Amino acid sequence: MNKSSIFQKLAAVPHMVWTVMFIVFPMIFVLFFAFTDDKGQFSFENISSLAQYGHVFVLSIAFALIATVVCLLIGYPLAYFMSKQSPRAQKILMVLVMLPMWCNLLIRTYALMALLDNGGLLNSLLESLGFDKLSIVGTNFGVILGMIYDFLPYMVLPIFTAMTKLDPKYIEASHDLGCNSWQTMTKVVMPLTASGVISGITMVFVPSISTFYISQKLGAGKIDLVGDTIERLFQNPSTYNVGAVISLVMMILIIISVTVMNRFSDDKQSPTKGNGGGFMP
Amino acid sequence: MKFLQRSYIFLIFLLLYVPILVLIVFSFNEAGSLAEFSGFSTVWYEELFNDDEALTSLCNSLLLAVSSSVIATIIGTFASLGLHRMRSKWLKGAINTVTNIPMMNPDIVTGVSMMLLFVALAGFLGSQNLFGFGTMLIAHVTFNLPYVILSVLPRFKQLDTSMSEAAQDLGCTPSQAFFKVELPEIVPGIVSGLMLSFTMSLDDFVISHFVSSPDFQTLPLYVYNQTAHNVKFSMYALSALIVVVILVILLIVNFAGSFNRKTIAKGGAK
Repeated sequence: MNKSSIFQKLAAVPHMVWTVMFIVFPMIFVLFFAFTDDKGQFSFENISSLAQYGHVFVLSIAFALIATVVCLLIGYPLAYFMSKQSPRAQKILMVLVMLPMWCNLLIRTYALMALLDNGGLLNSLLESLGFDKLSIVGTNFGVILGMIYDFLPYMVLPIFTAMTKLDPKYIEASHDLGCNSWQTMTKVVMPLTASGVISGITMVFVPSISTFYISQKLGAGKIDLVGDTIERLFQNPSTYNVGAVISLVMMILIIISVTVMNRFSDDKQSPTKGNGGGFMP
Repeated sequence: MKFLQRSYIFLIFLLLYVPILVLIVFSFNEAGSLAEFSGFSTVWYEELFNDDEALTSLCNSLLLAVSSSVIATIIGTFASLGLHRMRSKWLKGAINTVTNIPMMNPDIVTGVSMMLLFVALAGFLGSQNLFGFGTMLIAHVTFNLPYVILSVLPRFKQLDTSMSEAAQDLGCTPSQAFFKVELPEIVPGIVSGLMLSFTMSLDDFVISHFVSSPDFQTLPLYVYNQTAHNVKFSMYALSALIVVVILVILLIVNFAGSFNRKTIAKGGAK
């Protein structure tokens, strides 16, 4: 057995102190603010005021679900076809998927808004061709489109990575054993890339449900999602407590959905599970 | 079939890149309109470079990204060492779980929770406002830590313990064995953790939004404030510049990556 010096035994202590101070304490303060009023007295008032935000939660969940499903429907075939290209082409396509991911979300959203806006290029083209203008910015469709556009690369990348790890021998074996292409797809390729799908779903759903910039820009301020509500409530100290409750509910919602999703996958490399972290069952 | 697949790939990437390309092209539009291109001009770039606020926020962003990624890398590397040596499975699991909370949570919840901590702390200390560089640094180090540990800890797990034992048999103290034998093996993990946190920090908007003050603004916060109300063409210029810089970095990293792999393969044969 390797002898460890005291130094090595204590190496994790600064990190432990840091995480307690800046991860555990902030979470405790969210709980504290959620169950007190603005004078610091214990109260259930914030919880009961949740009812008036019910429709905001329903709308956010619906938008995030639609965006996630569309990203999956577009992204899965894309990742599959990408994995069929030559290694050189795959490398270039990989850079093309990653470029938008490294660009700031604000920039991507702003670019999309500029294109779709009433005075934007799309509408001026439509007009010059004699069509009616499309008002996309400021509608539900615009916001969902923004989510799909911004987060599609986050769906494609993990699925593509899972595809490239898939041993082609399995596909050959499946064909040898009499499966047609469709059966190979549903019985071999899809189950073996499920871990990538789960990661992709998480990476699209979580930022979609919590966004506020996309709804501000592509919703033109007309569409209120959970993220907008939290952002607004935290601009005024007297509404911190209600904001804390809404944040808490959103956090619980996400923990439940991620846990449920991870049950479908026994992969240990999905990003939400970390390194053998004990969080997910 | 091949043709159909390629057309699909082409179509999706086209849709993905049209807004970005339009943005780059129209950042050179002299009329300051998105509807039609009236003539080539660099007037918006000139406006951007004459904007002191933009340059200050770029410097702030770099300062914050460098300092937070260095601090997170130091704490995270030692934490990985400690976690690797830790015997208690329970404690290890607990630390990992807590560390990964900012990665699991939506950014807005992490931002809000830190904001509440600083608000409560300010009340406790009797000061008006704590927000500024310090609070942003703390927030950025906190959300960078899981990425550092994620890059460094696997390197520790891959270490061959007999190497360190051999060093100690040959007269090294455990600390010497660590610095001379084990550290060089984990350096690639440390470097990738550092680079990952640097980019995460540079890119972050949501968490910064909740723990910042108007007198310390990073580039994403500046873009947010500038785009809050009206369309500003100097922001198109700034966005176009950022896209180009990132493209160049990505190409270099990919090129350098394949170059490194070649040299490692050659070096490994000796």
